[in-house]
Amino acid sequence: MTGPQTKLLRDMIRIRVFEERCAELYGQQKIRGFLHLYIGEEAIAAGVISQLTKDDSIVATYREHGHALIRGIPATEIMAEMYGKAAGCSGGRGGSMHLFDAERRFLGGNAIVGGHLPLATGLALADKMLHRKGRVTACFFGEGAVAEGEFHEAMNLASIWNLPVLFCCENNLYAMGTSLQSSESETNLSLKASSYNMPSWSVDGMDAEATAGAASRALDTVRGGGGPVFLEFRTYRFRAHSMFDPDLYRKPDEVAKWTERDPISTFSAQLTSAGTLTQEHIDRLWVEASQETQDAVDFAEAAEWEPVENLEDHVGATDGASVVLV
Amino acid sequence: MTAPELAAETTYRDALREAIREAMIEDERVFIMGEDVAEYGGTYAVTKGLYKEFGRDRVRNTPLSEAGFVGAGIGAALGGMLPIVEIMTVNFSLLALDQIVNTAATLRHMSGGQFHIPVVIRMTTGAGRQLAAQHSHSLECWFAHVPGLRVVAPATVTDARWMLKAAMADPDPVIVFEHNGLYNSSGPVLPGPVDLTTAEIRRPGTDLTIVASAGMVSKSLEAAEQLGDRNVSAEVIDLRSLRPLDRATLAKSVEHTSRAVVVDEGWRSVGLSAEIAAGITEDCFYRLDAPVCRVASREVPIPYPRHLEDAAIPQVHDIVAGAMTVMTGSLADV
Repeated sequence: MTGPQTKLLRDMIRIRVFEERCAELYGQQKIRGFLHLYIGEEAIAAGVISQLTKDDSIVATYREHGHALIRGIPATEIMAEMYGKAAGCSGGRGGSMHLFDAERRFLGGNAIVGGHLPLATGLALADKMLHRKGRVTACFFGEGAVAEGEFHEAMNLASIWNLPVLFCCENNLYAMGTSLQSSESETNLSLKASSYNMPSWSVDGMDAEATAGAASRALDTVRGGGGPVFLEFRTYRFRAHSMFDPDLYRKPDEVAKWTERDPISTFSAQLTSAGTLTQEHIDRLWVEASQETQDAVDFAEAAEWEPVENLEDHVGATDGASVVLV
Repeated sequence: MTAPELAAETTYRDALREAIREAMIEDERVFIMGEDVAEYGGTYAVTKGLYKEFGRDRVRNTPLSEAGFVGAGIGAALGGMLPIVEIMTVNFSLLALDQIVNTAATLRHMSGGQFHIPVVIRMTTGAGRQLAAQHSHSLECWFAHVPGLRVVAPATVTDARWMLKAAMADPDPVIVFEHNGLYNSSGPVLPGPVDLTTAEIRRPGTDLTIVASAGMVSKSLEAAEQLGDRNVSAEVIDLRSLRPLDRATLAKSVEHTSRAVVVDEGWRSVGLSAEIAAGITEDCFYRLDAPVCRVASREVPIPYPRHLEDAAIPQVHDIVAGAMTVMTGSLADV
């Protein structure tokens, strides 16, 4: 049960199981604050991140649990972060929206829509100025960011400076409750991006092999010094924007239509009908993911709270060690 | 002064440039970017000529894109560079406030101390050149309010030289405010280093403490001279660092003068002067012989005509009047 197809399916299932458990834990008030689920969009993180190397950097949004998991941050540390425990991947200071891991070059977890695109551009600028050839910064953001000025400023800078950024737009059609249709003058986002003079195209975001393939092709360009590439992944979130969202703005038949395209069930059916995997194999992937998630919950439950005496830590340099990426 | 060449007269502008130049020579990771920093030499000519020495990669022009290039500076710092980002004025920095407040100031904390951001963000502040209400404001306190930032405002040639050096050596984001009226000021560069945390007594005195920063320091010194003619011995403290505030130096001074005037080019309401006055009151309440007096800008966007601009921001006579109020014990604000 190895090979790239199995890995893609396994990763999508890991995200799905982990996040469904998160939703339960939110109901139990174990996880607090905002919780934005990625359920339905798993094919993008699974596909794109499968094409990155350990030297590449990832900058993501507040809907980033899946990206963090696929990047290799242990589920235990992610779950502990969701709980706000000191053993979390951000020391408990960030929570669901701010997952960080220096060792794995995972830079958030950023919760200002569009605000992290300049950051990604700057990381790529450093890679270019320090002659770290072949390195890429992958920046994930929703289509809502396209309306922000920082999107346009970052795209422009990345283009004029020919920087190695892979812009990954996860277009799930709604910025909270605001539809793309009602908020953008040009709803063809790859066309919009192409005005920044960079290669850009749209990809089926419900198909993990398509997302991986697109990322691979785009990364060839970016790694080769061809400058930034913009990919629009057309997708849909099956859950509401956050756990606070009553989801009043989407028609049930629209949700149902997209749910039929569930990236996990469609890929599972494809792999079983092709004889690549048996149903038994797939069932085992679900069991393994459940075990991983259960271990994460057990870890988070047992983890310690940070002493309140440490409250003002991590504000300035006197707090001690931290890193810049090399 | 051990090195005579350092004591030669230079301008505030040239002192800043020398600090940048030295850092760029010493460390290849240092670069400067901003609007028109290359051929144009920067709006206030601080970076004039540097592109010839270091090339356009390291003296990097940006589009008019404050959020974009400040964010890129933050990202480059995370990626291992040591960026200096120049913003034309504090008014324009508001376009980048998201990047500075939501990212630069938070990332160390949000990541549980895993990351830090060694970026220096320089910007011009202050009124006095008839540039009206979108180029003249003093919003230092907006930044000084934010944990995760260091905020400094060098007021002398020596401090410009050495505080910028210290800012570049600091592992966290430092905001450097350069008052537009100071660029042409000149004086000797005294030996460094100068740290980013301590206030400096510019003129010792015994009757009254005047607290000022940036463009208000020279006005306060002039006011102190005039007060001397009235037999009032004023001590003038240059804050230099606006975050953190050196409350110990202020308290030590007020402990022996028992009176304080706080001068601020920012607006009075909810401003830096309020914070300093509150700090002095908390630290020295039982030593005070009069309420702390604030001399701050009038509550109006800075107007264009010279006479109105002058009236809007603190002048020497306002500081003298404030001091005399404190000396005579009147409760009225000035």
